[in-house]
Amino acid sequence: MWQWFFRLGSPKWFYEMSGKWLPWLFVLMTALLSVGIVWALLYVPQDYQQGDTIRIMYVHVPVASISLACFPLMAVAGIITLVWKMKLADMVAKCAAPIGAWFTAVALATGAIWGQPIWGTWWAWDARLTSMLIQFFLLIGVIALRSAIESTDAAAKACALLSIVGAINVPIIKYSVEWWNTLHQPASNFSMAEDSPMGPEIWVPLVIMIFAVYCFFVISLILSTRNEILERERRSQWVVDLIADERTN
Amino acid sequence: MSEASKTSHSSLFKKELGALGVDQEQVSTFAAFSATLRRDLLIALKRRNDLLNPLMFFLIVVSLFPLGVSSDPQELTRIAAGAVWVSALLASMLSLDNLFRADYEDGSLEQLLLSPQPLYFMVLAKNISHWLISGLPVVLLAPLLAYMLYLPADAYWTLVLTLLLGTPVLSLFGAIGVALTVGLGSRGLILAVIVLPLTVPVLIIGAKAVTDASLGLPLGMHFSLMGALLALSLSLAPLASAAALKISVN
Repeated sequence: MWQWFFRLGSPKWFYEMSGKWLPWLFVLMTALLSVGIVWALLYVPQDYQQGDTIRIMYVHVPVASISLACFPLMAVAGIITLVWKMKLADMVAKCAAPIGAWFTAVALATGAIWGQPIWGTWWAWDARLTSMLIQFFLLIGVIALRSAIESTDAAAKACALLSIVGAINVPIIKYSVEWWNTLHQPASNFSMAEDSPMGPEIWVPLVIMIFAVYCFFVISLILSTRNEILERERRSQWVVDLIADERTN
Repeated sequence: MSEASKTSHSSLFKKELGALGVDQEQVSTFAAFSATLRRDLLIALKRRNDLLNPLMFFLIVVSLFPLGVSSDPQELTRIAAGAVWVSALLASMLSLDNLFRADYEDGSLEQLLLSPQPLYFMVLAKNISHWLISGLPVVLLAPLLAYMLYLPADAYWTLVLTLLLGTPVLSLFGAIGVALTVGLGSRGLILAVIVLPLTVPVLIIGAKAVTDASLGLPLGMHFSLMGALLALSLSLAPLASAAALKISVN
């Protein structure tokens, strides 16, 4: 039963399989993204209060929701690194940190662009903005620790531990910041019930965009992890063969 | 170091001690705990500068706030709670560097890791002594500095009590960061980058409690939350620090 799990941990196997997945993911992302963007920008009705400004939601909400998933992902990879000493998990964690930091930064930037016309300010010390900012700092901390430790093995374990500590703290920070101050509108629920505040003509393109941005995140993570695999395994025979093949073609 | 070589190393160590007539297993955890605590306190008392520096730092940072903001009593009253809390946070950050550094350099940290007693209690002892040396003096000096910032008199007890509950949490969280970076060449800034975001809840709860106390609002929830943070970090943070030390020292 555990065989697939340990096979997944082999960088070579992952490199080969992900090479097969990537074209499909690209096709899926392109399809979702083109449908989602056209629908969101051209066909979604204007909001009765926010007008066309509401359309930035279709970038902001997907990016923000994925940036929140990044810390749990790194913590799970960290547990796998510490418990099973699986190299691949650490490679994924290493690549997820800068991508997560970028997503957090983009979520903050699009939030600022949305906030300017609606709240009349680029930045407010509101609960969700602040906890997003602190999550950004935590990710920067993990990246800084990784680059400060020279030994790959020690860096892997140290970052795994810091990610786990960070993941335990993220809910505490979020709760305390929310308790501290609140201005952000409460999250709308996506229930399909008829009394839902969002009609289907608004949430269907949003769901499509969320899946599209998820695809984009997974593709970025896979591409980045593949580079990391090649760099770390550059002395192993299969990478040497792979590069020799590329050269002859 | 691999697992196998670690165990053989530690059994070799025990054999040597056995040859000297010392049975290490006989030292109870409590004895080892109090010996570590006593040793660290003794070292600190012999190095007076290490005792004074965090206090001086605290004093200087607090006095920067009136210089940077305004000397107007009303404005200072409004920022007093936050200013004292931020300064206490930075002072505890500055003093963290002493926590494992000297022990790492002279090798006694490795002996601590090899000892048969649970590492949790050893790390806890070091944390407690560190707090007694650098945290407690800051707590005791805080009312004087609060007076200089015109904090309302109603809030003094809240300030001292929240600092009393909160500064150990800062030490305990900080110890994880120190343990992760103890082997690195340049640690000062990276330590702050790692640890400061983790201390946000303590700062929020502490400063809000003091502000609410000066406004005469009820405080039960603030103290419960701060107590919960202390209980959580007392039980979990030394475990994380111990794991981090094992990673850093190998």
